[in-house]
Amino acid sequence: MEPLLELLQQNAKLTASELADRLGQDETSIAQRIAEMEREKVILGYHGVIDRDKAGNHNVAALIEVKLTPEREGGFDRLAERIARFDQVSSCYLMSGGYDLAVFVEGEDLREVARFVTEKLSTLDGVLSTATHFQLKVYKQSGFLAGAETEPERLAVTP
Amino acid sequence: MSKRLEDRIARQVAQIPRSGIRDFFELVQGRDDVISLGVGEPDFAAPWHIREAAIYALERGQTSYTSNLGLLSLRRSISRYIESHCGVAYDPAREVLVTVGVSEALDLACRALLDPGDEVIYHTPCYVSYSPSIVMAYGVAVSVETRVEDEFVLKAEDVAAAITPRTKMLMLNFPTNPTGAVEPVEELEKIAALAVEHDLIVITDEIYSELTYADEDQGQTPRAHVSIASMPGMRERTILLHGFSKAHAMTGFRLGYACAPQVLTEAMMKIHQYSMLCAPIMSQLAAVEALENGAPEVERMRRAYAQRRNLLLKRFGEMGMPCFPPGGAFYAFPDVRKFGLSSQDFALRLLEEESVAVVPGSAFGEAGEGCVRACYATGMDQLKIALERIGNFVSRLPS
Ligand SMILES: Cc1ncc(COP(=O)(O)O)c(C=O)c1O
Repeated sequence: MEPLLELLQQNAKLTASELADRLGQDETSIAQRIAEMEREKVILGYHGVIDRDKAGNHNVAALIEVKLTPEREGGFDRLAERIARFDQVSSCYLMSGGYDLAVFVEGEDLREVARFVTEKLSTLDGVLSTATHFQLKVYKQSGFLAGAETEPERLAVTP
Repeated sequence: MSKRLEDRIARQVAQIPRSGIRDFFELVQGRDDVISLGVGEPDFAAPWHIREAAIYALERGQTSYTSNLGLLSLRRSISRYIESHCGVAYDPAREVLVTVGVSEALDLACRALLDPGDEVIYHTPCYVSYSPSIVMAYGVAVSVETRVEDEFVLKAEDVAAAITPRTKMLMLNFPTNPTGAVEPVEELEKIAALAVEHDLIVITDEIYSELTYADEDQGQTPRAHVSIASMPGMRERTILLHGFSKAHAMTGFRLGYACAPQVLTEAMMKIHQYSMLCAPIMSQLAAVEALENGAPEVERMRRAYAQRRNLLLKRFGEMGMPCFPPGGAFYAFPDVRKFGLSSQDFALRLLEEESVAVVPGSAFGEAGEGCVRACYATGMDQLKIALERIGNFVSRLPS
């Protein structure tokens, strides 16, 4: 992956000028490159990584394992794309192994998630089965540890 | 009447001057507003998989002594790594000695090889232990100065001029602490030829050899490291020192090693077995993990340093602070002479007026006078503030 994307993946808040400083390039070409990658959907979007407990957000999140019947044309794509479009779905991946789709959903409470599974998901033609796992506690999220790691102490001047 | 305690200190030790680094440390200590670019170690904690390996070693009760040479599994990993990184093969059974940091290896090499009065050529400005290690081993430290005008490249002709019939050893450190200089291969070849011609032993401290950046300045992928040990006629006269402190961010693990022909490792081991016995086993096990699985983390940290280096060089340029682009390590060594202050005064006033710590170049030998060492192994946010403050400071100085 190009270094510019690596930096943005770690911290999307960096401005073009900050990125330019780090990469030893000029600001204009960085800004152009970012715009280009946004247009081409190399960069899909930006978001903050929030510790929901601390933020007082008591939404529930769940991982739903979904088994599907593949179709002659396009395999799982049509169904998967259809499922991914629901607002409740935050991420959706095709998986190898015991099931086909990993669908991450969020809802205000258990009932909302349950309703989504029973009414929207399970009723789709081609969905063979679902297994819903509720998330209990966050330890790490999008590369960030929940609960700050303490800064290691260093002496101020060393050889 | 009993003698004063001061008079009981061995002459060899008493004559060693206080470390300039320690003086400066005491000034900085106790002030909590200071942003320090005065350190000589990574700001990263050791990568988690390495820390985890050490914890696992403790959990399994691996708390014993090891072979004096170090764990064979570690020596095997070291041997493989050095062969690929430096292009020289060492027999893990006989030619690799695991030590408590490069610091110990350096001391062992001096003590194992020097007789009183033997001369050792080393280049300055340099890491603070070199001259004391030579002196404590009763050697004579002969400094060859490198200059800011040459971007601190060590000139083979200067080395040649310092060689006398008493010269036994040549001590090298590239990339260099404190300058960040990387020796051009052509010059290193000339120095190797001198070592062969005058039958010198070479100690090469390559502790920063993973952390190089110059090729990327030209938009090229980093070139492989070139060790003097791999040059013709050198393996049989070289002690290659390396360790885990810098590239793997493992300073507190205190682990390094020496690779050399058996006769030399054997002599170093004689001292090591009686003075140290062995390096700590949990550090050794962590080091195996570092060598076997640590390359991606080394590269991740190297890239982070490269980005900070870019920022630092750009800001120095903007504030009119002359600084050659250092090819390696994590230090910049800007030239502060045009501000009309000694390196000591520059560092003191910067500390007083802007609460930023850098180390006066004079702490690394007279040849460092006129420059200060700024370490960029510091978080980006802190580094940015520090650079802003340095900019404010130099804008008030006459130039
Ligand atoms: C050039 C050089 N050699 C050796 C050392 C000491 O390393 P270690 O932690 O392996 O003893 C340092 C540490 O600053 C250094 O800069």
